[in-house]
Amino acid sequence: MSDEMTSMERVLAALSFKEPDRVPLFHMLTIYGAKESHVSIKEYFSKPELVANAQLSMQQKYKHDCLYPFYYAALELEAWGSESIYFDNAPPNSGRPIIDDFGDVLSLEAPDVLESSGMGMVLETTRILKEHAGEDIPIVGVVMSPFSLPVMQMGFGEYLDLIYGEPDIFSELMKVNKKFSVQWANLQVQAGATVICYFDPVSSSTIIPPELYRKTGFKVAQKTISEIKAPVATHMASGRCLPIIDDIAETGSAVVCTSVLEDLAEVKSACAGKMSVLGNLNGIEMIRWTQQDAESKVKDAIEKAAKGGGYIMSDNHGEIPYQVSEDVLLSISNSVRKFGKYL
Amino acid sequence: MVLYTTLSSQFKQYLLSLNKVAAKRLIQDEFTGDNAFQLIQQIMMPALENIGKEWEVGSIALSQEYMASNICEEIVNSILPPESPKRRDMPVLGVATLGDQHMLGKQIVASCLKASGFSIFDYGAIPVDELATNVVKDAIEVLLVSTLMLNFAYEVKSLRNCFNETGISTNIIVGGAPFLFDDELWKQVGADAMALDATEALSKVYELTGVVE
Ligand code: B12
Repeated sequence: MSDEMTSMERVLAALSFKEPDRVPLFHMLTIYGAKESHVSIKEYFSKPELVANAQLSMQQKYKHDCLYPFYYAALELEAWGSESIYFDNAPPNSGRPIIDDFGDVLSLEAPDVLESSGMGMVLETTRILKEHAGEDIPIVGVVMSPFSLPVMQMGFGEYLDLIYGEPDIFSELMKVNKKFSVQWANLQVQAGATVICYFDPVSSSTIIPPELYRKTGFKVAQKTISEIKAPVATHMASGRCLPIIDDIAETGSAVVCTSVLEDLAEVKSACAGKMSVLGNLNGIEMIRWTQQDAESKVKDAIEKAAKGGGYIMSDNHGEIPYQVSEDVLLSISNSVRKFGKYL
Repeated sequence: MVLYTTLSSQFKQYLLSLNKVAAKRLIQDEFTGDNAFQLIQQIMMPALENIGKEWEVGSIALSQEYMASNICEEIVNSILPPESPKRRDMPVLGVATLGDQHMLGKQIVASCLKASGFSIFDYGAIPVDELATNVVKDAIEVLLVSTLMLNFAYEVKSLRNCFNETGISTNIIVGGAPFLFDDELWKQVGADAMALDATEALSKVYELTGVVE
């Protein structure tokens, strides 16, 4: 087969465990668009058209197979009243937590996504992308899982204390967060997102043990994903997923992203026929890769995961760092086209 | 000694099952009033280090290590109060995040060090210049830096430059997520050492200061 499928056809074939013309590639570019547009990250994320234009021009440049209207995780927290902290060369971070005391949870209400100007901008970016891409290129929307959001809402140590020590308050918080995540995901679907990436790294086995996941993050994911009106990819943001792979499949996820800390071949075979695999290039190490490094990492991933479809290549975190060079991104793209062809 | 090895693995099981009461009782039963360091070094630290090693290979989760180090910190405070003069003969240590607001890594490192009997200076997220001033004032011998975001990992370079320019000889040990994903990064930013896991911090401190455990 020649390289003439549209990105959408390529991705859909892969997701239905068929071999398309070549391995699909997702360059998950976020703040990288600010570099592309020669503006500060703060300015970049204040203009939805700028983000959309950068997404489109980067897709042309790198010829990868998705558009990614995701801004940054802390943006969701802005809807809850938190202020984000901006940096020159890194993604914004969430500011002060909005929950100071576990008791605060009992009076917490989910904000209406439609009233958040930041999330409105993401929706606007998504609509512009949809206008341009139509059915040719998948648009990947993002939600933080109700289970991972609390790290930003209250702080990580505090949240672990809550999970272990206050199961009732924990489940109240999950109800509120679920309402928010579902509304957010479905508004993105309405605006044109083809697939929703469900960022849930707190569920990863890097962070909590599988037994605890089955009682907490798993149940939350199952309920939330069942209400999202598009296929869902579970993303562990480079946390491990292998010990809970069967459970993740049972949440209704169509795709899972694995970490570079795990063996891609092992993850692929554990997912066989159940979920497709996304990953697992090391975005941080990528900063010092040579073009040869890029080529050999791409080849290696293809060898481990491409056979039979069910595989999309990407970095393992869902975001290419600002410091990665364009040459390396181009090498990855070129290598996928060169070595990722299915016969 | 053999007895302590058995007790240490028992202690580890209590930590992993979050059985704080049993963990505390095990140590209290062995405590004679002047063997705190022995219990720390032969029962508690081996258990914590073991948990840390298992986290590195992915067979234990971070939440378990976090809970375990918290429990240990609390137990150590009961047998070796923070104001104990015995804590003063050890190298002077500081922990910092260089501006990174993500505190959990630092918190676990601090708990592990406190659980080993150290008193430490916690500089929170103060920026490099202010940190350097404090390092001099407090005569810090080893500074342990934890960052979660890559941009703050690069701040270690500014810290090292600042130390070099002002003739500060304090050692810098780094750790945190970015260092786990690039094993060259710690050298690139001019640190003296890195550890994959918070429980390893202690042995790195001993290595750098030449103090024997
Ligand atoms: C869970 C997670 C999330 C959660 C919670 C994050 C949080 N803490 O606030 C959510 C979904 C919210 C999230 C969001 C984001 N994340 Co995130 N996330 C993770 C993940 C999976 C774990 C992070 C974590 O908190 N671990 C717990 C800490 C304690 O672990 P640790 O730092 O590794 O510490 C251990 C050891 O390293 C060691 N250690 C730590 N410090 C020290 C110090 C010394 C001296 C020593 C010896 C040892 C040591 O001890 C600990 C265990 O013993 C990592 C990837 C990974 N696999 O680690 C990405 C990761 C941290 N995320 C990352 C990023 C970029 C983000 C976002 C900025 C993405 C975005 N564009 O919005 C946001 C920021 C959110 C915010 N706070 O504003 C990057 C950061 C690096 C970078 N590229 O800059 C990572 C590393 C992913 C990657 N591979 O690139 N994330």
